[in-house]
Amino acid sequence: MTAAICDTAAEAVDGIEDGSTVLVGGFGMAGMPVQLIEALIEQGASDLTVVSNNAGNGDTGLAALLAKGRVRKVICSFPRQADSYVFDGLYRDGNIELEVVPQGNLAERMRAAGAGIGAFFCPTGVGTPLAEGKEAREIDGRTYVLEYPIRGDVALVGAHRADRMGNLVYRKTARNFGPVMATAATTTIVQVSSVVEVGELDPEAVVTPSIYVDRVVKV
Amino acid sequence: MTLTNTPLTRDGMAARVAQDIPYGAYVNLGIGQPTLVADHLDAKSGVILHTENGMLNMGRAAVGDEIDPDLINAGKIPVVEPPGAAYFHQADSFAMMRGGHLDVCVLGAFQVSAGGDLANWHTGAPDAIPAVGGAMDLAIGAKSVFVMMTLFAKDGSPKLVPSCTYPLTGVGCVSRVYTDAAVFEVGGEGVVVVETFGTTYDELSDRLEVPLKKG
Repeated sequence: MTAAICDTAAEAVDGIEDGSTVLVGGFGMAGMPVQLIEALIEQGASDLTVVSNNAGNGDTGLAALLAKGRVRKVICSFPRQADSYVFDGLYRDGNIELEVVPQGNLAERMRAAGAGIGAFFCPTGVGTPLAEGKEAREIDGRTYVLEYPIRGDVALVGAHRADRMGNLVYRKTARNFGPVMATAATTTIVQVSSVVEVGELDPEAVVTPSIYVDRVVKV
Repeated sequence: MTLTNTPLTRDGMAARVAQDIPYGAYVNLGIGQPTLVADHLDAKSGVILHTENGMLNMGRAAVGDEIDPDLINAGKIPVVEPPGAAYFHQADSFAMMRGGHLDVCVLGAFQVSAGGDLANWHTGAPDAIPAVGGAMDLAIGAKSVFVMMTLFAKDGSPKLVPSCTYPLTGVGCVSRVYTDAAVFEVGGEGVVVVETFGTTYDELSDRLEVPLKKG
């Protein structure tokens, strides 16, 4: 089935359950689905595991979700930033779990989930604390460690434009994690700045085909 | 081995790194000091910059009306889009890195070992919040990994060491170390002093715990 076009962000995030794993797009604020996160805060789901590159900036978006105490665990590559004080406080007080994943592994583990790969051998992090305890194998003289997919129950993605089927295009470096997360979740929810008629997006330029997209809302 | 009379400034280090980047190379510059290298790569260098958040042929920092929140570099600084730029998603961006397609990356470091091990992501202090970003992917991915750092920490301890005491980012991945006092080749048979600035080979041999060779 092609995507449902929702009237409001509240409608788009309806039904997200407590305990869900939520993939949240964006690199810093570029591509961050701020209105979807605000709607999720209103919706009230808690005990969430959030997968995102960063762990929130300032007081809005992901940081606001963390501040409400809705997140049990964060899986990210770079939590510590100049304005990540909400996360920093929760972490130092022992009120949130953190799994640090190299940025490329974060992306590839979600890609694997979306592509039906059971696990993959990766050279990143070999010999470092982040590879400790992982299964290792030497292949053609190089050591790799086994990395498992990261699947989401829900992905919240910020894209630029959708057509009414749910095909997506992105804008500049705001593309970042969106296309990968869209493939890796059971339900992919996308906010866009415009929804156009079917046929108005150049098929050669579509980045995320509609098969990966469940709900779209214009914000 | 050439001798200059004074240690290099940060800008001087960046210029020295730029001198060793081959014509037309695809290059990733790490966040912080390595970013300065871009100031010494003009159009004649043919260098194409990669930023791991998903862009090739990244341009200079944006100013005024050029600033676009959707167009940033890995340090989250707004940049411009020159002709020939390309965008791609995170899995592609790191595949081109891990797949050995980048020629050079330049990274900062807390420590580099004589064998080319890199420590630049975590001090290991109990109250520190670990954050790795793309550092481990870059360390093992680029064909050549250059480090740009001061040779001595603020407390005077050398940052080029027999083996790293900070948690590692990558094993045996660094080939060259550019510092304010000297340029070194690491990771081979001993540490080779390529060039010195405001110091001598003998002084470096006294102050460093790693055995040195003359380049």
